[in-house]
Amino acid sequence: MTPQQKLQQLAVGLNGALLDNGLSLASEVLAGEVDVLLTTVEQREEFPIYITVDESQILCITYLWTEAEVDPNKRIELLDTLLSMNIPMPLSSFSKIGNQYVIFGALSTNSSLEEILEELHVLSDNALTAVEELAEYRL
Amino acid sequence: MGLFTKLFTALRGAGTEVGEAIVDTQALRIMDQEMRDARRHLDEAKENLAKVMAEQIGVEREVSRLKKQVAEYESYAQGALDKGNENLATEIAGKIAEIENELAAQEKVLESYNSNVNMLKQTIKNTERNIQSMERQVSVVKTTESVQKASAAAATKFSGSNSALRTATESLERIKQKQQQQSDQMQAAMQLQQDESGDGLQAKLKEAGILTSDGTTGNAVLERLKAKRTQV
Repeated sequence: MTPQQKLQQLAVGLNGALLDNGLSLASEVLAGEVDVLLTTVEQREEFPIYITVDESQILCITYLWTEAEVDPNKRIELLDTLLSMNIPMPLSSFSKIGNQYVIFGALSTNSSLEEILEELHVLSDNALTAVEELAEYRL
Repeated sequence: MGLFTKLFTALRGAGTEVGEAIVDTQALRIMDQEMRDARRHLDEAKENLAKVMAEQIGVEREVSRLKKQVAEYESYAQGALDKGNENLATEIAGKIAEIENELAAQEKVLESYNSNVNMLKQTIKNTERNIQSMERQVSVVKTTESVQKASAAAATKFSGSNSALRTATESLERIKQKQQQQSDQMQAAMQLQQDESGDGLQAKLKEAGILTSDGTTGNAVLERLKAKRTQV
């Protein structure tokens, strides 16, 4: 199965699927050089999850905040916290894309739909927790 | 430049706002070029390996032919000695020495071919691994760029054109408001259902002190019985 086919399969499987907390998912493919599956969790549309598939992995990424939102006086402290949190935080890790802070999870391309649903559930929860609990580092 | 440095250059935020290109296309072009070069080296290495292996087989054949010749002439020399023909045996021994020298030389050549073949195989394996790693990295860079574009599209779609200006805190507040709203709606729906079933009126009567209890309790019955006894 090619990465594109896998992404299409996910698009069908995730659209309308329910997470363990009862919230439903909506997903649609945004075509581009690399196709991206835009997935939103009901009531949490502000923090959509971008899913991509390539030969080696499935990436699930959620944007958190921009560099401009970070309190310059607390930036180093924030980076230290994010780096330190990467191991204790279940299934997700922090990263940066350009000036955007993100949280992401990477899965094997052989992952089942159930495993991906669990990943999305945890990622969405982790994203909200991160935005809430790390508010002190932002302006 | 190391791979990490190159990746960092490719990904370094040239753009600072959502929707702006975050991938340095020049760096990406360089990585693509390097990957093409690596693939060309790989093809060359494979071609060389095939040539060297063909030559290696030729030398192996020669070594084995010379070994057989040594054995053959040794048997001739033994035959000459058996027949007491010392002169012929000496002549044959000279020939054997000649072949053995040639054999030694060919064995050295073979040894060098063997080590060349091993080296080339290792090079091919390393190059293949490098290409795979580069492909993965380039794929991640392109993925990241696509996600960035998707994010810009999503931002407009979900929250209007000003969404890029909304902060994470504001987004979280909106989610909390939505959750509160939903919880309020659920409560309202429950209230409505209670009202419809008459529970609401009961609750209001109780609240107004008109209705004091949910019904008869054990204590009330006991009190009543006690009261009757005193009357008797």
